Amino acid sequence: MSTEHELTPSGYIGHHLSFNVKQVAEGGFWSVNFDSLSVSFFLGFIIFAFFWWVARGATAGVPGKRQAFIELLFEFIDDQVKGTFHGERHKFVAPAALTVFVWVFAMNAMDFLPIDIMAWIFHHVFGQEVFRAVPTSDINTTFALALSVWLLMIAFSIKVKGLGGWIHELFCAPFGANPLVWPFNLLFNLVEYVSKPLSHSMRLFGNMYAGEVIFLLIGMWAATGWSGTLFGALLGGVWAIFHILIVTLQAYIFMMLTVVYISMAHESH
Amino acid sequence: MNINLTLFSQALTFAILIWFTVKFVWPPLLAAVESRQKTIADGLAYAERAKHDLDLAAKRSADILREAKEKAGEIVAGGEKRGSEIIEQAKAQARVEGDRIIAGAKAELDKEVFRAREQLRTHVSAIALAGAGKILGREIDAKAHNDLLDKLVAEI
Repeated sequence: MSTEHELTPSGYIGHHLSFNVKQVAEGGFWSVNFDSLSVSFFLGFIIFAFFWWVARGATAGVPGKRQAFIELLFEFIDDQVKGTFHGERHKFVAPAALTVFVWVFAMNAMDFLPIDIMAWIFHHVFGQEVFRAVPTSDINTTFALALSVWLLMIAFSIKVKGLGGWIHELFCAPFGANPLVWPFNLLFNLVEYVSKPLSHSMRLFGNMYAGEVIFLLIGMWAATGWSGTLFGALLGGVWAIFHILIVTLQAYIFMMLTVVYISMAHESH
Repeated sequence: MNINLTLFSQALTFAILIWFTVKFVWPPLLAAVESRQKTIADGLAYAERAKHDLDLAAKRSADILREAKEKAGEIVAGGEKRGSEIIEQAKAQARVEGDRIIAGAKAELDKEVFRAREQLRTHVSAIALAGAGKILGREIDAKAHNDLLDKLVAEI
């Protein structure tokens, strides 16, 4: 929390919802949200290094607790992918699903960190005036993920059906190959191609952003005195517990949609 | 919330993470899990086979036991038969032997009787001679009356 400014509700919320923007070049686009980037990169690095460490020492015999936990996750993801994707899933889709699920879950889970304490730490330990710890409540992150999946989807579609097949599908699905319905087919497919990454990214972003805002609103109760602080703490706890469900569910949904989109691209009409 | 370069950085990070997982995390986990699954499947199959073998062995041992019992019964029956045969044989032999002994005894007896009769005859002739001598009051000349006596003995 910034101490220089006067503490008003809108100031408090605005402060917590502004990104730590680093300008890299002229123009509105050429800047990065340092907080989203660093947190997501840090989480990804830590988690996947841990995974690598466990996977490297994985034994086919009796697994240790650490390996058993990773395997639990592995089997869970593998099961989900197996149910949706019909093809050689171990080459790409299943590991990609694991990446998505774990990374998104970790980034979502940053929501559990108490915002004001984290803000204090970021301010006083790392010297960052503003810092948002939840990368998935940054539309850039979710859109980057969704767009990557979107590109993968198109790439797989072309890889499976060939470029001609893909273009053929753009014009001839879902209504038929009659030249009269080509425009409708194309329009339909374009809408689908635009809506997929949008809904994919917005769903996650919206949930995480809303969760963060609710934490902020609950946090503001502390401004009303001791009873407000106590009640706010209780309510914050309840919301955090409920948020465990949201965090997991959103990560799961994001992963499942990723798998579904890619497997849809795999299946030709 | 404006779109900026973060989008590409995050996409790049995402790509790197996916590549890393595809390359280094997933394969060893898959290998470990699949190899364990295979081990477990093999173990189960082996257990199944062992159970089958056990069943077979139990059946075979039961068969062998039954066969052995049958054989033992046969042997006992054979032994009994042979025993009774031997007993019959022995009885027959004993009977023959007994008959033979009886026949021998009878022959001996006959011989004894004959001898006794011979003796008795001579004794009787002597007694008769003596009696006759006493009755006549004088010595009978054995030589003179031998013919007579012999006739008498033959008559007895």
